Amino acid sequence: MTTAPDTEQVRGRAADGGPASATAPDDVIRTSGLTKRFRSGQLAVDRLDLTVPRGSVFGFLGPNGSGKTTTIRMLMGLIAPSSGLATVLGAPMPQSVGTVLPRVGALIEGPALYGFLSGRDNLVRFDAADPTSDPRTRARRVAEALDRVGLTAAAGKKARAYSLGMKQRLGLASALLQPRELLVLDEPTNGLDPQGMREIRTLVREVAAEGTTVFLSSHLLDEIEQVCTHAAVMSRGRLVVQGTVAELAGRAQGRLVVRTPDVAKAGEVLSEHRVADLRIGEARLDGLAVVADEETLPGLCAALVAAGVRVHGFGVERGTLEDAFVALTGEGFDVAG
Amino acid sequence: MSRAEALPTEQAPQAAEPPEQAVRAAEQALPTVGAGPRPRTAAGFTALFLGELALTFRRTRTIALLGILAVLPVLIGVVVKIQTGDASNGEGPAFIAQVTQNGLFLVFTALAMALPVFLPMTVGVVAGDSIAGEAATGTLRYLLVAPAGRTRLLAAKFTAGLAFCLAATMAVVLAAVATGAALFPLGEVTLLSGDTIDLGAALLRAVLVAGVVALSLSGLVAIGLFISTLTGSGIAAMATTVGLVITVQILDAFPQLHAIQPFLFTHQWMSFGDLLRQPMHWDNVLQNLGLQALYIAVFGSAAWARFTSQDITA
Repeated sequence: MTTAPDTEQVRGRAADGGPASATAPDDVIRTSGLTKRFRSGQLAVDRLDLTVPRGSVFGFLGPNGSGKTTTIRMLMGLIAPSSGLATVLGAPMPQSVGTVLPRVGALIEGPALYGFLSGRDNLVRFDAADPTSDPRTRARRVAEALDRVGLTAAAGKKARAYSLGMKQRLGLASALLQPRELLVLDEPTNGLDPQGMREIRTLVREVAAEGTTVFLSSHLLDEIEQVCTHAAVMSRGRLVVQGTVAELAGRAQGRLVVRTPDVAKAGEVLSEHRVADLRIGEARLDGLAVVADEETLPGLCAALVAAGVRVHGFGVERGTLEDAFVALTGEGFDVAG
Repeated sequence: MSRAEALPTEQAPQAAEPPEQAVRAAEQALPTVGAGPRPRTAAGFTALFLGELALTFRRTRTIALLGILAVLPVLIGVVVKIQTGDASNGEGPAFIAQVTQNGLFLVFTALAMALPVFLPMTVGVVAGDSIAGEAATGTLRYLLVAPAGRTRLLAAKFTAGLAFCLAATMAVVLAAVATGAALFPLGEVTLLSGDTIDLGAALLRAVLVAGVVALSLSGLVAIGLFISTLTGSGIAAMATTVGLVITVQILDAFPQLHAIQPFLFTHQWMSFGDLLRQPMHWDNVLQNLGLQALYIAVFGSAAWARFTSQDITA
């Protein structure tokens, strides 16, 4: 595979002109030209065209400060766009907040709770804020949501005594008070320990399996790679790319990895066979091989053996989303925009 | 965009089939949970108002404020009792002289002392913190995505503020009645006009006065609510609201400013004394209530305009 066909697999910025428009009715979120310039003059989101298909687990990726939260706030009707359109569940935002948001669960920029209320009473409070929720089923739904995030035992405790992980779970519980069509989770694993992260990811998969579309923002690549089917990458307020996770990871070329004690000789052989960007490590070297056909890799391996290189390991490592991100933005991931 | 055109086709089978089956069919057709928008119900709509009231009165802060207000009449009662025990050259503010004759007058004395400072201070705290406090803790964004609806949330906050005015006034009145009954004789009440009414009628007057005093504070609730939408800091909003009350009362004291004084929301606060005459003298009381309504209209609209168009970034 060469670079050119790889790139074409991924739908770029002009997504809605392409095949996406055929599936438009099933898009849970669509934005076109969505822009937010704050009064300070800061351009937080710049002409964003985002398409989130129904049923997907959509990873919204980008460094801190890249405009993810501002986008989410516009989608949730908390802030008005400077220009452009945002459509959630088929209705324009922020005009349709009242009909759309009861079907959306959201965790935005971490949980926010009433410290003087118990966990249970916090959920009652947020549930009462939704005019479409039925007061008669409130107690049951609150109990179910608490059970779902594993907080039943701590439900009577004052929220100010909760750990960050427990607050995060309670925030999730409030997003799950109703069956939702869309779940928007902004950095849901922030501040959690590895065990907590795993539990949240399991929960996200469960919710997605029930048919809820999940829109998950994160600055953690492996998180997106583990749970998401689709992803979009933001950088400095602009959408860099969007597509399925497989497509995106596919953009990063696989690297040929050879394990051998004879790294110097192996390096010579590989460069003769047009393997570029060679990196020589201890008993290991890797590079970009141009895989022309079925015979390329076996040929390379045979050439190494023929040259007397003791080959301990030989294979192609698949590219990760991180490689793709670096390739796309030409910058390290944790750089703030 | 094209989603809007697709909606009717989705709803069409629901119209043809019984609702339950249609919902089930829809769930099977699309691998999705939640079958479209749920209807708004009256009970669901009022839940936020009830929740807001419960939240206001469950706060330790609210209980503490009401407690302070309840201590005030007790202090006044005790001081008056000791004073008159020592020497009885019984001079003092209009109502205080009457307290020793009839414990019920402690209600009016306490209200007259609480209304300029203590009552507006507590109301300023509650109203000033209403939106700004939620913004500061971040709970505002979760209420709005619930979605509480900005107008509905503002209305719920205003209702809770009014309820607090009533509760604050009642705290003073009830503590005053209890203290007055414990320390002084009760009986027929001699009104400011010199007429005498019996205790039952006097208690009714006390309730009426309490209602008028509570309503006198309603304009301040609207002001506090408006200030609360301007800032993301609860403390700043509380301080500004309380500061405004003090400033306005100072302005009200300058004779040179008599041209603007009728428009100050504190100007007619003391008019409740007119209800202690026989017959009751309503002119100033009605003027006061009209002024409060004006303040509610102006600052309520301003709060609404600000809050419904505001970017919530907290």
